[in-house]
Amino acid sequence: MSVVDDPATASVASGAKRPSRLFKNLSAKIASIPMILTALCVFVGGTTWTVVYSFTNSRMLPRENFVGLDQYERLWGTDRWIISIKNLAVYGVCSMILTLLIGFTLAACLDRKIRFESAFRTIFLYPFALSFVVTGLAWQWILNPDFGIQNVVRSWGWESFAFDPLNNPDIVMFGLLIAGIWQGSGLIMCIMLAGLRGIDDDIWKAAKVDGIGTIKTYIVVIIPMMRPVFITSLVLIASGIIKLYDLVVAQTGGGPGLSSEVPAKYVIEYMFRAQNLGQGFAASTMMLCSVVVILIPWAYLEFGGKKRG
Amino acid sequence: MANVDQLGAAVAANTVIGPRGPKPRKRFSRNNIFLYGTLIVVGMYYLLPLYVMIITSLKGMPEIRLGNVFGPPLEVTFEPWVKAWAEACTGLDCTGLSKGFWNSVQILIPSVVLSIAVASVNGYALSLWKFKGSEVFFTILIIGAFIPYQTMLYPIVIMLREIGLMGDLWGLVLVHTVFGMPILTLLFRNYFASVPEELFKAARVDGARFWQIYFQIMLPMSLPIFVVAIILQVTGIWNDFLFGVIYTKPETYPMTVQLNNIVNSVQGVKEYNVNMAATLLTGLVPLVIYFASGKLFVRGIAAGAVKG
Repeated sequence: MSVVDDPATASVASGAKRPSRLFKNLSAKIASIPMILTALCVFVGGTTWTVVYSFTNSRMLPRENFVGLDQYERLWGTDRWIISIKNLAVYGVCSMILTLLIGFTLAACLDRKIRFESAFRTIFLYPFALSFVVTGLAWQWILNPDFGIQNVVRSWGWESFAFDPLNNPDIVMFGLLIAGIWQGSGLIMCIMLAGLRGIDDDIWKAAKVDGIGTIKTYIVVIIPMMRPVFITSLVLIASGIIKLYDLVVAQTGGGPGLSSEVPAKYVIEYMFRAQNLGQGFAASTMMLCSVVVILIPWAYLEFGGKKRG
Repeated sequence: MANVDQLGAAVAANTVIGPRGPKPRKRFSRNNIFLYGTLIVVGMYYLLPLYVMIITSLKGMPEIRLGNVFGPPLEVTFEPWVKAWAEACTGLDCTGLSKGFWNSVQILIPSVVLSIAVASVNGYALSLWKFKGSEVFFTILIIGAFIPYQTMLYPIVIMLREIGLMGDLWGLVLVHTVFGMPILTLLFRNYFASVPEELFKAARVDGARFWQIYFQIMLPMSLPIFVVAIILQVTGIWNDFLFGVIYTKPETYPMTVQLNNIVNSVQGVKEYNVNMAATLLTGLVPLVIYFASGKLFVRGIAAGAVKG
């Protein structure tokens, strides 16, 4: 701060010994102790610890018996992990595309000077207030093959109708997707709407003068202008996808069979159920790597780009 | 990050600026029908689960077995709600969701108070009393918000064991405080940074110290941001499942974990109406907060958007 230091400190400083810099601004430092502890011990320390112990053959308890990359070899040789990764890839790609599409479309609709805008916004956003457990259980019931949508459509006379994602290993991830998008797209809509509101009215006027149609204006002019908003949304969606856990546990429990397992669930199962800590650590380190892969380009675009002007 | 802040401001300012874009011409033009059609159809998808949950929870089991999930109840009964609250079983324990509810309340209140107290002081120190290295720690904190929780779960188990809080409600409170810190600190730091500097300087000239300025000047003028923080934390902590399942034991399970155990229990006959009543009960707290808080909730999630 530009404010002059305490006179008391200054007078002591003029004495024989300079006071340690440590005591300058002491209250602020004391107040920041919880933050410093969290940052260093939990975030840096905890993550490093996990990464280091992923190279050991810890089973029930962590042990310092280093075995190199054994855990990773075993991890990538385990069917369950491969299935988890494939599931997450399917879910992730679909979720990203659909969430962006729905989020943007809804935001664009809401931005067209419509009536009842706030009512619609409230409806689209309320699932975001609910937990993944509640989301998962609600959709588990709606998709229930005996009593849910499938049964209702059949009772309307379409006897051969089949939509039972929770019993069918081939489409179970889409059952999760319906629920995940229901829960999360409201947030993206909100962010997109804020982005759309930030666009100058003159752009619209100019597009009109040039005779460009509404939809074409969105695609050719507005979306490129909203690049930062899209990038932020993508990062949000991506980091949410990697964490996908509660929804799976509540809605499918990973089944039928292993058909809806996801990496986050794999980690928890191996750490706390199967008592195979080393595997859990290796799997969670892989999750960390995937986050790093997503974050570095983003940080580069977000912060690196700005410095260049 | 600056990006997200701007977004937050823009989201909050939505109502001030008002809708933009060209004015629709006729009320029943083809465009309008398409527009409202899309919104209504999508709106139905969003409302469907809530509607189905409510009507299912008001039906008796015989009616559910007959089968139309979308049909309104022929005979309204509140028995499933009573049963979900007081008698639903997890394994052999049949005390209903009420236990989980009170556990969640006991976790929620200290977690919200502690996390907001710590983060607001942090944000205050980071914005107005910067010291050497403070920005470094803050950057680590924000990056930490993106690290998957799975990488830190086990080290925290060890830490909690060391201080004797593993399985204890207070251990979970501590975990919530730690993981709430990045986003809340960011929220408060940005807020305090927007306070006019003259105010702060005047207080310094008058001889006010760190805590005096915090309690007598900053705290009284930052009520709105505290409300945003409370909304963010109450919904976040209430909805938590992962930490609850790992850092507590069955007697102290929060509501979400207990709900999952009740609904997904393999024993006994499935009572879908009780399950839906239990699900609604668990969702009630965040829903009430959402509908009551309106714009502030949006501001909270726009800030919380960084957390992802």
